[in-house]
Amino acid sequence: MKIHEYQGKELLKKFGVVVPRGVFCPTVDDAVKAAETLGGKVWVVKAQIHAGGRGKGGGVKVAKSLDEVRQYASQILGMQLVTHQTGPQGQKVRRLLIEEGADIRKEYYVAALTDRATQKVAMMASSEGGMDIEEVAHKTPEKIIKVFVDPEDGLTDAQAIALADGIGVPAESRDKAVAAFQGLFKCYMETDASLAEINPLILEGNGNIKALDAKFNFDSNSLYRQPEIVAYRDLDEEDPDELEASKFDLSYISLDGNIGCLVNGAGLAMATMDTIKLFGAEPANFLDVGGGATTEKVTEAFQIMLRNPKVKGILVNIFGGIMRCDTIATGVVAAARETHLAVPLVVRMKGTNEDIGKKILSESGLPIITADSMAEAATKIVAAVS
Amino acid sequence: MSILINKDTKIITQGITGKTGQFHTEKCQEYANGKNCFVAGVNPKKAGESIFGIPIYASVNEAAKQTGATVSVIYVPPPGAAAAIWEAVEADLDLVICITEGIPVRDMLIVRNKMKKREAAGGKKTLLLGPNCPGLITPDEVKIGIMPGHIHRKGRIGVVSRSGTLTYEAVGQLTEIGLGQSSAVGIGGDPINGLKHIEIMQLFNDDPDTDAVVMIGEIGGPDEANAALWCKANMKKPVVGFIAGVTAPAGKRMGHAGALISGGADTAEAKLAIMEECGFTVTRDPSEMGKLIKSMI
Repeated sequence: MKIHEYQGKELLKKFGVVVPRGVFCPTVDDAVKAAETLGGKVWVVKAQIHAGGRGKGGGVKVAKSLDEVRQYASQILGMQLVTHQTGPQGQKVRRLLIEEGADIRKEYYVAALTDRATQKVAMMASSEGGMDIEEVAHKTPEKIIKVFVDPEDGLTDAQAIALADGIGVPAESRDKAVAAFQGLFKCYMETDASLAEINPLILEGNGNIKALDAKFNFDSNSLYRQPEIVAYRDLDEEDPDELEASKFDLSYISLDGNIGCLVNGAGLAMATMDTIKLFGAEPANFLDVGGGATTEKVTEAFQIMLRNPKVKGILVNIFGGIMRCDTIATGVVAAARETHLAVPLVVRMKGTNEDIGKKILSESGLPIITADSMAEAATKIVAAVS
Repeated sequence: MSILINKDTKIITQGITGKTGQFHTEKCQEYANGKNCFVAGVNPKKAGESIFGIPIYASVNEAAKQTGATVSVIYVPPPGAAAAIWEAVEADLDLVICITEGIPVRDMLIVRNKMKKREAAGGKKTLLLGPNCPGLITPDEVKIGIMPGHIHRKGRIGVVSRSGTLTYEAVGQLTEIGLGQSSAVGIGGDPINGLKHIEIMQLFNDDPDTDAVVMIGEIGGPDEANAALWCKANMKKPVVGFIAGVTAPAGKRMGHAGALISGGADTAEAKLAIMEECGFTVTRDPSEMGKLIKSMI
């Protein structure tokens, strides 16, 4: 789960990381009022959407007067902000953050994330702040300093100093950088984050270290014990179909192709998508119905797939283990009837009660095409839609 | 022979009294020598009782002492699952198989670091399989986990995969063309887990009753590439490889918490290329896994 920058900064502040003074604003009037209250001569008007790359897309502006605050806030609020992470359709801006201006002497990068290879938390820092970190990693990997932290020990002083010195923080600001790194680490652990990134972390003219941005991602397995994080959830930023699917405990991701697929198990679902591509078409979605699919769940899955106007055919691929093929077959028949299915449907089922399942399909009177292997199923659905 | 488990393995079930634990314990008991293998359950509130004829103990330690069990399987719900793993480790078991899906990553990070420190300090090395895995099976001997027993046949092909149903798919293909399995292992779909592809490949390499291996992976993480590089230098048996997720977009979690492309090196294409380079027979068509193995032995 992702959150907005202003929410991320609230979290960082709680853990002792210094952030600019700022106010979350849902309207243009609020933005002007916020700038007045903050005082000063320079303000930053920042679009709050979950995607990165907001500055380049025109979602971040520096205002030098209250009139400019009003002007930029009106421009940004409500715009379809297009960044490299939003896709071409962009994301509508519904929230703004108004912040005091900052006196930037130097921009750094710092992030915490879970490292699968070492099974520790990787703390990464770089002197090349404000840039796309993947590009830095690609072009000048030596400019990224990493330390691996045992979650029980926490980020030690020695490790934090190594990061600060490694990215060239001046000696007089080192303690402040250490405090920021340790605050970020603690925040990462205690909020069950899977990524916490500050880009840029700045050195100000007066030697202070401040987080100018905050990007967080949280482990969805842990949300049950993080009510404060769940309260930050902004449903406007999420794909409505993926959201609807999650209510039924279905794992759904929409893609660009025209073959809907419904599979049990994440690995088999990906393999099914790959097989569709291998035989000449593109999958319209990833959909894992999970281990305990009921008729209701299968019907809901069909409805979600069919809401996508691009879908020209559906491929169901089930390996019946604990979940029996006859259960799925009954669900598929009911779903096809209830949704008045008008696109070709290919069903491949294997495993427990396969024969009963196939009988249910053939006796339904519905034009369901059956297949024995994944390859055969993919060939048949591709032929049916083209 | 087989890897990790056989008909003489004695098993403790943690979470035996829960709905999932009960359902699968019965299925595991029914399979091959299961009746003799599943010797204990754990639930501190129900110690002294029994379920399906299996005595329940207050702790893993006590269950192990009383029964001589060396392996445990965990169905405990996510909030308590990491603690259940640690309890099994502290009881000095040989192998812990954690089926539970949805354990907080932080809990897994902490328990894995504790396990490594305990081992480094001279403590017993307990192997962990999973979490979020189907378990493992040695056909006609014992099944520990949630896989459908009836699709398996005893034989000489090893299978290892992160995904449950994709493991069943491979096993189903093998059985259908008359090739049995020595052992089939699901290592689980989580980003922080215990045994990885590389360790299972090492075990299959050393197992005199395994002739060839199907290694199935998916997008996300370095594990398949690490296993392939090890195999290049050490593996004496043919390997068929498949990676799921060629069509998966970057940055989206595909069901499994670990199935997330986070850089250029952990895409399906990148992994397939490394596996091919390391001498695997790779396929992009998962329907071909069984046939390819047959053509190689």
